[in-house]
Amino acid sequence: MARTQVQARINGVDSDFLCEPRQSLLEVLRDELGLTGSKEGCNNGNCGACSVILDGRVVNSCCVLGVEAEGAQVTTIEGIGNADKLHPLQQTFLEEAALQCGICTPGFIVSSKVLLDREPHPDEQRVRFWLANNLCRCTGYDKIVRAVLKAADRMEEQKS
Amino acid sequence: MTTVDRPSYKVIGTRPIRPDGVEKVTGKAQYGADIRLPGMIHGRVLRSPHAHARIVSIDTSEAEAMPGVLATITHQDFPVASDRTEDAGESMVVFRDLSENLLAYKKVLYQGHAVAAVAAVSPHVADEALKKIKVVYEPLPPVLDVRDAMRDDAPLLDETRVTKSMAGTASDRPSNIASHLAFKGGDVEAAFAEADQVLEREFTTQMVHQGYIEPHNATATWNADGTITIWTSTQGAFSVRSQVAGVLRQPVSKIRIIPMEIGGGFGGKTVIYLEPLAALLAKKTGRPVKMLMNRAQVFEASGPTSGTYIKIKMGVKDGRISAVKASLAYEAGAYPGSAVGAGAMCMLSPYDIPNFEIDGYDVVVNKPKTAAYRAPGAPAAAFAAEQMIDELAKKIGVDPLQFRLQNSSHEGTRMVNGAAFPVIGAQETVRAALESPHYRSPIEGPNRGRGVAGGFWFNAGLQSSVVAAVNADGTVNLIEGSTDIGGTRASLAMQLAETLGIPYDDVRPTVVDTDSISYNDVTGGSRTTFATGLAVHEAGKEIVAQMLTRASKLLNVPEEQLAYEDGVVAGTGDPSKRMTFAEIAAKSGNTGGPIMGKGSVSARGVGAAFAAHIVDVEVDPETGKVSILRYTAVQDVGTAVHPSYVEGQIQGGAAQGVGWALNEEYYYGEDGRLQNASFLDYRMPTALDLPNIDTILVEVPNPGHPYGVRGVGEVPIVPPLAAVANAVADATGHRFTSLPLSPRRIVEELHGGK
Repeated sequence: MARTQVQARINGVDSDFLCEPRQSLLEVLRDELGLTGSKEGCNNGNCGACSVILDGRVVNSCCVLGVEAEGAQVTTIEGIGNADKLHPLQQTFLEEAALQCGICTPGFIVSSKVLLDREPHPDEQRVRFWLANNLCRCTGYDKIVRAVLKAADRMEEQKS
Repeated sequence: MTTVDRPSYKVIGTRPIRPDGVEKVTGKAQYGADIRLPGMIHGRVLRSPHAHARIVSIDTSEAEAMPGVLATITHQDFPVASDRTEDAGESMVVFRDLSENLLAYKKVLYQGHAVAAVAAVSPHVADEALKKIKVVYEPLPPVLDVRDAMRDDAPLLDETRVTKSMAGTASDRPSNIASHLAFKGGDVEAAFAEADQVLEREFTTQMVHQGYIEPHNATATWNADGTITIWTSTQGAFSVRSQVAGVLRQPVSKIRIIPMEIGGGFGGKTVIYLEPLAALLAKKTGRPVKMLMNRAQVFEASGPTSGTYIKIKMGVKDGRISAVKASLAYEAGAYPGSAVGAGAMCMLSPYDIPNFEIDGYDVVVNKPKTAAYRAPGAPAAAFAAEQMIDELAKKIGVDPLQFRLQNSSHEGTRMVNGAAFPVIGAQETVRAALESPHYRSPIEGPNRGRGVAGGFWFNAGLQSSVVAAVNADGTVNLIEGSTDIGGTRASLAMQLAETLGIPYDDVRPTVVDTDSISYNDVTGGSRTTFATGLAVHEAGKEIVAQMLTRASKLLNVPEEQLAYEDGVVAGTGDPSKRMTFAEIAAKSGNTGGPIMGKGSVSARGVGAAFAAHIVDVEVDPETGKVSILRYTAVQDVGTAVHPSYVEGQIQGGAAQGVGWALNEEYYYGEDGRLQNASFLDYRMPTALDLPNIDTILVEVPNPGHPYGVRGVGEVPIVPPLAAVANAVADATGHRFTSLPLSPRRIVEELHGGK
């Protein structure tokens, strides 16, 4: 199948790649660009393990075509923090033991980051509502919700 | 919360960051699907659209002729399988059944049953090639429900199968009932005759799935020297190795399994589905072959847990449960091997009951072969027994937790299989639930109710081995073969740090492949922190012994005049003669070579697990929606090595149990096709469906482990089904005996109509 050239800004770096029109953004990220932090749990938008930020919105990258990323800004889990400079969410997920197997964790962190960028002081119910798009089967969500609320507090402290 | 005093530890009981944490929160950790090898191609599986059919013919020629297609395989590519049976940790593997489940032979036994596989240059080309494989089926009537399958006139999945008994006898006619087991004690009929109250009910549960977020995956190379390498996410690399060896009839030593990070398993990733297929396609093509299931295939063709039918009669005399007669029928799926035996043995174990008769039936149906799912067999059994107990407590006017306490098992109580309990925390757990803030608070408001339930799980021991290598700078590499499914790198490193008296951060644990450590059973049966922990402790003791020997040489003090404590060797007579762990390690080259310890156990002294859960619900009588208002899970955890991950196990198990209780089920059409093979339609709990799940950790140390460790992972899924049903009964005044308690069922049963 003919491949199309696509230009996008991915994790702050201007990137161009070739992809088949039928390939999802998730496939492109994982298979063409080697960004395997976004996970495939269902490939139909039900689980949120492939969540990425597309022009400021959190999307299931399995439900976006690679070619749709043309001209877009894309942030994946790899662009949110690294071992030397963890995002507060990454730090609080570790402190609160908010992951067990860890397969859903990138999606939860990406999704939570968009929430906290928009709403710095969500209450528990708001966090639960926002994260209802992301499935976790290990934790029962308790520690994830606590980690997100703790990250919100910490980001507030860091601002002041 | 700790309710029993325990020795003070330096590392155990703290909450350090897990060693693999940073990799996982930054997206760097490599799971099975993340592997990419030079020259790699992609395999896909063609699956049966029929629930039950004879395979007349398979023609792969058109698919093979497609550009980009490199190979196809069918069952004919497998060597003839043996009748050998092997223990896969939490379930038995019969190699002939396994081989036929991997690729169907003569018959397909469920929708989704693998029929053929293809390897191609891209996943998309492979998917297209599947459409070109021509299979001619002769459809047969399917049998989908356990009770239907047990009827004399039921369609037979296997005309040669007869019912085997525990005594080894076989029925004289073919049947879908693969086996019948029975446990008996005392005299139930006499006890029923004398009972104050007798109650009899029937319960049903539906097939449900573990619901791990990561689909099954396998990538294989068949190397030029005849060895096979497989990358996969699994609960047991060694179990995968023996299963692959058995199916492909290869020596175990020629197969190397590299365990990738695993995205959830809950028992479901102890069995193989793709590994030998990838290996055979790799052999045919000479290329690395990667295979992934999609989500629908995970539902349709991996190993859920049984739907069940349970009939139970229970009698009470003077406030004690005096007799129980129960019959449990569990769906095994397409091949024998449900967890009915475990269900039968767990059902009454929280209680000391003198008279019992329990029958169990393992029944094949045209649905996928079941696999282990967290405390396999126990939740459905508890769904029945714990509702009966609740109802009887109400009938005699005793608080349901108090009733459980006065019937509770204790040291010396015998399970139905005759085994006597050592030190257990059954009573302590119920007592902690009685005294919990949740249970002491009132439950008020219309359509609200509270339910409680108990639960038991054996926990497993099995085999583990580790190597601990001391480095010259005093740090230690812990080499282990137990895959880490939710924090065991941390719980094992913590136990080694405790044994050696060194900081947690000085121990670096690594899960290695099957060529790099000796045998380890699966991460399952709640065994890893306990049993691999025993091996870690043994390795630690060996290092301590060597530290003393080496220090003796370096300090010129006889070994018997030295003592090891908190990472320091010091003279018992002259404490100024001392060397630290790191100082001795630095000089190991001069004192006999590298210092290392090994541990190898076939673990005994398993500590059983008991739980008691409390749940408040509100039922909307109009829509049938059940909301979980508050949830508290109490559990005897022995010693909480890393309390956060212990709490996490309990919270996760409770959440899965709530999903099982309220919504999850395999929903089949009459044609035997699964109607809800997606996360959207299967509908596991989301963050919005659950409240915070409070945990109360009771610590009754297990005398069979140096640090008192008991397995914690499985028992938390045992009580929730019944606890939720009891709460709904309390809220509505109606006893629901069939799962799930979905809005539809609630409305139908409450309002008596459609």
